[in-house]
Amino acid sequence: MIQFDGVTKRYVDGTVAVDDLTLQIPTGQITVLVGPSGCGKTTTLRMINRLIEPTSGTITIDGEDVRAQDPARLRRGIGYVIQHAGLFPHRTIVDNIATVPYLLGWDKKKARTTALELMERVGLDTKMARRYPYQLSGGQQQRVGVARALAADPPVMLMDEPFSAVDPIVRKSLQDEFIRLQSELRKTIAFVTHDIDEAVKLGHTVAVFKVGGVLAQHSTPDELLAAPADDFVREFLGGEKGLKRLRFNRDLDRQDEPGVEAAER
Amino acid sequence: MTLAAADGGEPLIRWDWIGDHTGQLADLTAHHLKLALLPILFGLVVAIPLGLLCARWRWLYPPTLGVANVLYGLPSLALFMLFIPYFGIGSGGRADFTIIVPLTLFSLSVLVPNVVDGLRSVPDPVRQAATAMGFGTLRRLIQVELPIAVPVVIAGARVAAVSSISLVSVGTLIGNGGLGQLFVDGYSRDFTTPIIVSCVLIIALALISDGVLVAAQRLLTPWARRGTR
Repeated sequence: MIQFDGVTKRYVDGTVAVDDLTLQIPTGQITVLVGPSGCGKTTTLRMINRLIEPTSGTITIDGEDVRAQDPARLRRGIGYVIQHAGLFPHRTIVDNIATVPYLLGWDKKKARTTALELMERVGLDTKMARRYPYQLSGGQQQRVGVARALAADPPVMLMDEPFSAVDPIVRKSLQDEFIRLQSELRKTIAFVTHDIDEAVKLGHTVAVFKVGGVLAQHSTPDELLAAPADDFVREFLGGEKGLKRLRFNRDLDRQDEPGVEAAER
Repeated sequence: MTLAAADGGEPLIRWDWIGDHTGQLADLTAHHLKLALLPILFGLVVAIPLGLLCARWRWLYPPTLGVANVLYGLPSLALFMLFIPYFGIGSGGRADFTIIVPLTLFSLSVLVPNVVDGLRSVPDPVRQAATAMGFGTLRRLIQVELPIAVPVVIAGARVAAVSSISLVSVGTLIGNGGLGQLFVDGYSRDFTTPIIVSCVLIIALALISDGVLVAAQRLLTPWARRGTR
């Protein structure tokens, strides 16, 4: 479990990015952080692996304060996926995926074998192993990004808008496969998005942030859609019309993939 | 082949002179290449760590660039003369450094900015991903940022190599100019053949070394998108 306790991030110019945040990200579940731009969701995510340091408050993973650990070592134990994949252009796909195992000093052969297994796991043809990132489509690069984050089998994964830069059809297939993958792997995942549809679809719980880094509501998608905590949340969900649409889609999703839903719950 | 005659019925090119001097031409070409390209090699050896330092501590870059530019602004002949007291005059051996050291300094004014630009060309998400995956600063610079900078560094090396090949000829004025020696020889005897031959050879050297660097880049960076450099 990742636990935020009274965490505030204030920049030197006085801007408050995250304001006195207390939040639990339960083990083995997907917690989606959602909100408009400037709401501090990405800052919150990045404080977990110390890309950003909080001004006050504590963040613990399974009871251990992240700030008590060496940043590089801490990060090797936390998977990280970002919007534009951020693959290393000079490394082949297999070597990109094996990045963290190499950093951890694994034997090269073992690292590569693991990487090839992961390629299959995320739905990539292993024939692509020797290619370079520029030879792949955006959706394929994103899959490599996910495989790379999973390579050393970290218990925790941080995902920052991982599916935002691809077209809607590819996004849907990436999301569906992500749900399937998570039902097998049961990682502790913090997932940032600005897309409420994605949040409701992927999250076991959804944390809605307001501008200024204030947590407005943290609940399951169903509770969120049934009872928005305040006007801001209602507005963010698209008002009555938006809520209707989201509830409708949610029912559709359930009918579409009963197997996945059953496995997930 | 009948080229227009210079005054006195002397042909522009005497092919038999070339045939009689192949040995000397080969020696001068090899020497020219050494004088021109060793500075690029030394330049890279200095510019890469210097560029890394400038990328790591940004405040270092403006003064470094300033010094490199001032060096480039100095006339090459003046700089050659500056080193005569240290390495001597003439051709071969220690005296070659009278040419090599100044040309190394010149190459830095192209190579250092290219190393820094190359390191800065690394896309932000890539740098971020590297940090988030647990690369330390030094490891990230060497294993991620430097390899990605290679195409830009080689582009700089190409410019530096061609300019160095042409600058070596100036060394003729202090008695060590590689193929440039043939200019003096030709002018002093009012004999055009060596002048033309040395020009052609210098241009050929420039083209060939540029081609070699392009080939080296293809080999070193198979990952670079085709059609971009």
